[in-house]
Amino acid sequence: MPNLDAEALCRQLAEQMRPHVTPATALVGIRTGGLWLAERLHTLLGLSQPLGAIDVSFYRDDYGAKGLHTKPQRTEIPFSVEGAPVIIVDDVLYTGRTTRAALNELFDFGRPASVELAVLVDRGGRELPIAARYCALTLTDPLPPTQNLQLERDEDGTLNLRLIDA
Amino acid sequence: MHNPQLNKHGELQHLLTLDGLPRNIINAILDTAAPFTEVAEREVKKLPLLRGKSIFNLFFENSTRTRTTFEIAAKRLSADVVNLNVSTSSTAKGESLLDTVDNLCAMQADMFVVRHAASGAPFLIAQHLYNTGRNDIHVVNAGDGRHAHPTQGLLDMYTIRHYKRDFTQLTVAIVGDVLHSRVARSQIAALTTLGVPEVRVIGPKTLLPTAMERMGVRVFHDMREGLKDVDVVMMLRLQNERMNGALLPTPQEFYKVWGLTAEKLALAKPDAIVMHPGPMNRGVEIDSAVADGAQAVILPQVTFGIAVRMAVMSMLAGQ
Repeated sequence: MPNLDAEALCRQLAEQMRPHVTPATALVGIRTGGLWLAERLHTLLGLSQPLGAIDVSFYRDDYGAKGLHTKPQRTEIPFSVEGAPVIIVDDVLYTGRTTRAALNELFDFGRPASVELAVLVDRGGRELPIAARYCALTLTDPLPPTQNLQLERDEDGTLNLRLIDA
Repeated sequence: MHNPQLNKHGELQHLLTLDGLPRNIINAILDTAAPFTEVAEREVKKLPLLRGKSIFNLFFENSTRTRTTFEIAAKRLSADVVNLNVSTSSTAKGESLLDTVDNLCAMQADMFVVRHAASGAPFLIAQHLYNTGRNDIHVVNAGDGRHAHPTQGLLDMYTIRHYKRDFTQLTVAIVGDVLHSRVARSQIAALTTLGVPEVRVIGPKTLLPTAMERMGVRVFHDMREGLKDVDVVMMLRLQNERMNGALLPTPQEFYKVWGLTAEKLALAKPDAIVMHPGPMNRGVEIDSAVADGAQAVILPQVTFGIAVRMAVMSMLAGQ
């Protein structure tokens, strides 16, 4: 298992993105881990468009089987999506279903000029044709479904990646 | 005891009444409603949650606002909505309530939103579905007789929480025709469950049910005394259409004694909010200056009502 230093990966991710962002670039973080990461990237990259937040609970494809997840939160898109270059930010890319839900939700706010995906870790196990344009770490051996990789945030704001047995 | 509103996992199966509904479920509905309020500001005011579900609005009693808000809520969740104005259809030809339900079940209904003049009608439907093993079909009570109007009670709680945050510090007054009001019963049940320390009921003796105190409220027959230092004033509509016999002199006299005017409202706390479930009778239970005034939150109630109904329907259909 490679070193999962979230802080270092976050800085690497920002450097990957830096040559490609413009003053028009808008970030949208997927709640909750993706939003923490997006807040960091927004500061590191000095972006001027306000940061967006998406909660995909109402767009998930497992609603029929699992119902509403507890405590859905607000989706807040404080900029005009119409014609904007958007980067969706998430902590961990796995099956791709969360990204799919976020894409669908984003398009209900308007037609963006382009959409890219930035993630801290690609853990493998994709079930949909989705890839990240920016990714700080790709695991060479995909994690088994019995394991959960997620971003956590300390009280002082430090980001940590945690591997849990699901 | 089997609570007909909850399934075996303790989740909401039907929404029939707020009486006896656990606090955690009421809070879950209010929490779920919050993110739905934002959908109205989007370019596309629609979520895909109930795609492919059929919701039947079964209104055995006339209603425009409640039916419309349920319809909008269901449509914003992408459900297919069928409105049945039952008072002018099969029932008029002699079909029984449960036969109507069975027929609609045969059309693959997923949810019934029911309004009925008879108290207990939605419960009867829920019981029938349970007895016939159709646990995948859900019932929402949209107002039954004098019994309950749970989504109105929930949207009122959402409104109070929005403006006042904490229920446990509040004094709330419910004013007017409590006797005929299913709204008042739902409000009282929810307010007490959510821990409001003082719920007051204000009205003439002829329009208050007997033994109200047993519901955990303080009764006032003097409006000025009852409004003193309250945080929330919940007005009720004078339900002339439900009155048999001489319970009241005239609407003008009712207004004189029980109408909410700026002068009476001044007795409440300066930041008190004024609520009304609609439709309002201006100049009967409320003065126009108050209804359109800075303390009135009557139109936000309507807007929040859509989000609350979206929350209820998506929690039910996702079980």
